[in-house]
Amino acid sequence: MTELLQHFELAIVIPLLGSLLVLLFHNYPQLREATSLFVAVILFIFTAQFIGSENQDISYTLFTITPGLSLAFHIEPLGLMFALLASSLWIITTVYSIGYMRGNKENNQTRFYLFFALSIAATMGIAFAANLATLFIFYEALTLCTFPLVTHKQNADAQSGGRTYLGILLGTSIVFFLTAIVITWLQAGSLNFIPGGILQGNIEKTGAIILFTLFMFGIGKAALMPFHRWLPAAMVAPTPVSALLHAVAVVKAGVFSVLKVTVYIFGIDFVTTQNASTWILWIAIATMLISSVIALSKDNFKARLAYSTISQLSYIVIGAALASPLAALGGALHIVTHAFGKITLFFCAGAVYTATKFTQISQFDGLGRHMPFTFSAYLVATISIIGLPPLVGSWSKWFLVEGSINTENYLVLIAFGVSTLLNCAYLLPIALRAFFKAPGNEINDWAPGIKEAPLACVVPLCITALATLVMFFFIQPIYEFLAPVFIQ
Amino acid sequence: MLSQHLAVLQVVVPLICAPLCALLPLAKPGNKLGNNLAWLLATLVSLTTFIIALLLTKEVSLHGVISYQLGGWAPPWGIEYRIDHLSVYVLLIVSAIASITMLAARKSVEQEIAHEKISLFYSAFLLCLTGLLGIVATGDAFNIFVFLEISSLSSYALIALGNNRKALTASYQYLIMGTIGATFILIGVGLLYMLTGTLNIVDLQARVPELLSSRTLHAAFAFFTVGISLKLALLPLHLWLPNAYAYAPSMITVFLSATATKVSLYVLFRFFFGLFSNEITFEEFQLDKILLPLSILAILIASSVAIFQDNIKRMLAYSSVAQIGYMTLGISLATKSGSIAGMLHLFNHALIKGGLFLAMACIVLRTGSVQLKNFAGLGKRMPWTMAAILLLGLSLIGVPSTAGFISKWYLLIAALEQNNWLAAAVIVGGSLLAIIYIWKIVEYAYLKSPIRQSDKYFNERIEAPLQMLIPLWLLVAANFYFGLKTSFSYGFAETAINNLFL
Repeated sequence: MTELLQHFELAIVIPLLGSLLVLLFHNYPQLREATSLFVAVILFIFTAQFIGSENQDISYTLFTITPGLSLAFHIEPLGLMFALLASSLWIITTVYSIGYMRGNKENNQTRFYLFFALSIAATMGIAFAANLATLFIFYEALTLCTFPLVTHKQNADAQSGGRTYLGILLGTSIVFFLTAIVITWLQAGSLNFIPGGILQGNIEKTGAIILFTLFMFGIGKAALMPFHRWLPAAMVAPTPVSALLHAVAVVKAGVFSVLKVTVYIFGIDFVTTQNASTWILWIAIATMLISSVIALSKDNFKARLAYSTISQLSYIVIGAALASPLAALGGALHIVTHAFGKITLFFCAGAVYTATKFTQISQFDGLGRHMPFTFSAYLVATISIIGLPPLVGSWSKWFLVEGSINTENYLVLIAFGVSTLLNCAYLLPIALRAFFKAPGNEINDWAPGIKEAPLACVVPLCITALATLVMFFFIQPIYEFLAPVFIQ
Repeated sequence: MLSQHLAVLQVVVPLICAPLCALLPLAKPGNKLGNNLAWLLATLVSLTTFIIALLLTKEVSLHGVISYQLGGWAPPWGIEYRIDHLSVYVLLIVSAIASITMLAARKSVEQEIAHEKISLFYSAFLLCLTGLLGIVATGDAFNIFVFLEISSLSSYALIALGNNRKALTASYQYLIMGTIGATFILIGVGLLYMLTGTLNIVDLQARVPELLSSRTLHAAFAFFTVGISLKLALLPLHLWLPNAYAYAPSMITVFLSATATKVSLYVLFRFFFGLFSNEITFEEFQLDKILLPLSILAILIASSVAIFQDNIKRMLAYSSVAQIGYMTLGISLATKSGSIAGMLHLFNHALIKGGLFLAMACIVLRTGSVQLKNFAGLGKRMPWTMAAILLLGLSLIGVPSTAGFISKWYLLIAALEQNNWLAAAVIVGGSLLAIIYIWKIVEYAYLKSPIRQSDKYFNERIEAPLQMLIPLWLLVAANFYFGLKTSFSYGFAETAINNLFL
């Protein structure tokens, strides 16, 4: 039994088995949902037991497809952190999904839970991948497994959203990512993730710049402009999907891959000496600012959150592209802190929709009085994302800022400042509207019929909002957990 | 005793059984028992050829090249059957696809072919199989032409059996273009014979280098190039293919799409690298200079045209033209790794397209048409067939863990090794176009509800019979098996090319 527990690649098998059980119980909704929840808990416990062994350099090759392409897994802090993040939030999202899917009487719920579990399996594969080939296989699998979730409603909107989603994600990955992987294989003769990188001495300066650019655009899930449109398009999905997959699993798989490539394929030192990331740095800054401005103009709640996510993902890409250990560490921390903040915001969007069917921000006037818990949680998460203490989002921004000062990139510093202001401008007014504006006609027509969404929706969002507060005080262990990756 | 004769049995067994098939429903043409017996015989023969191919594979990988002297006449005077790595690789594909086709064929053929012609159908099928296997087994240039004609003539007849009247013009078109192609090859063989006095390929290879200054040799090479390109359906000589595939009986499309052009590609390998050599082909005759632009155009143009087809069989046929472009693109890189990649794609593409056309056969059987609008809602009505199409489509696009990905991987490596960025861009760009046309089908099947037709059972499940689903899913499984384990598909292609190249 203990030997079985050492096989961390079971993290992929557990949700796969879960999806089979979901399929098996498709006629018994109670049992099906209970299974989903149970599997999520098991997965979290399973991944959590590897805390402490993340620096032991455990790796395992399942089999070799062909030279260069082998299915191999390893444990390292970054991957374990991502796995823990996804699996812990999966539990909360499952609870939330139950409330949301039943509250909105959605069709095809079995398919929903089935592909949800499959997506988590693919995410685990990405988290534990020991080489680029394995990462790429699960990266593509994640795109395909989420497609049925994005097109869940099966109407014309879903179809066009799904098209953009699949077209951009598959397209960039095949055109740029695959090409970049093949070049890496030809130049370095290896695709393994090795601390310090594998490209040093194997590629000249121009090559390094081209390759880095290919990787960053190829990882379309990181949503760098101009390949960001899939994320707003994915908002046609039911909200739990947007919450876990398009605020946590899928997009974070993107920036996680960005960090992995930067740290373990290029090596931070190599990126610095070759200036490989200069172009990408500017593109990421532009993405961060432009998408914030676009977010300002969006009245649709989920669309605004989507553009906000694009902007926040660029923080992490900037962290990688600054090529300073501290900034990269800040980027890695931001994966965690932004995940908790953004999932809360999406949960709120879903809770509002379930309670009122409202999707536009302009409809929210005075809604806070009817849904105090939802909007309090919203406010807390917003402040975390803006980056003010005492909420956890402030820490990742702190390291990113420190990294940009260390590398004397003052323009980046200014960009962070501007972006923070923009964050305030597009997120805060929603809470203010809900709490302080007089209720609009629509609400008056409804009131007093408006109540908080079902408990299964409200409790998760309170938990994640609280988490952003609690984690502020416990940042030290997370820092120490991640530090070895970046600071030798 | 029998094992010494495997090389010739590979060809003789289907040849002898072909007329038997035609004779089976002796008492009354078109009676059901006779037709079923004809099917059974054709299936058994196909399986036998597959088993023989497997035995030959074992033999070749253990003891190297098998040389069989027909009638005991020693080469170069007599005809030699020569089985090497390259041959068994293609023999395996052809016989495996033939077996899969026949296992699945019975119901589809019963529906599409007039009952009194069914036994003739199976007989023509076996002749076609004989021809294709013969081309690969023989080591004699003229013999290749003979078998080429056997396979071509029978496939003209088979295509003409399609129940749409357009099948007749499609077959006629193929007849004209195919005959021109075969004639060109014959002229090439004739010129070589005139120059050297021999027809044995190994013998020819020894004599060709001395004749490089001869214009006749250059002319022979040119005739081969055009003739083979016609049979191969290399753009712009592909015009016969889309109609032939679209209007042939469903099962014939399955068989021909996965074997006929592949065997033509084999002839290309055999003539240009076996009869001539890679050095002569690339350095003296500079085949790569013309093959590369044509391959690139084939990939881009044919894939783009495929997007606009509403008849899915036609769409897949254009996709085949594009995929042939991938194979010749690999060859045109003029390196070993390029040709290995081309060879590998020959194998993988047979699995993909065979499967896709087999799924089309299932859909024709149940709905009668493969028009795009007919696919609406099929995801619910024929879940297993549609799931197979989806998975095979992913393989065609080249999603990792599928056979198609392995092809793309090696093609990309081969292109980037040469720093040929254009070729690399075309390889990945072609995948994008494939996403578009495959996803058109997927969207119709899964995101649209079925059109309400006159019958009230329009929403009912109409899944294809198991007899077709099992072969179909065998091919799907093969796509994933060879996507995850390449020791055979890549290893054999590598050895074949290594032996072939100087």
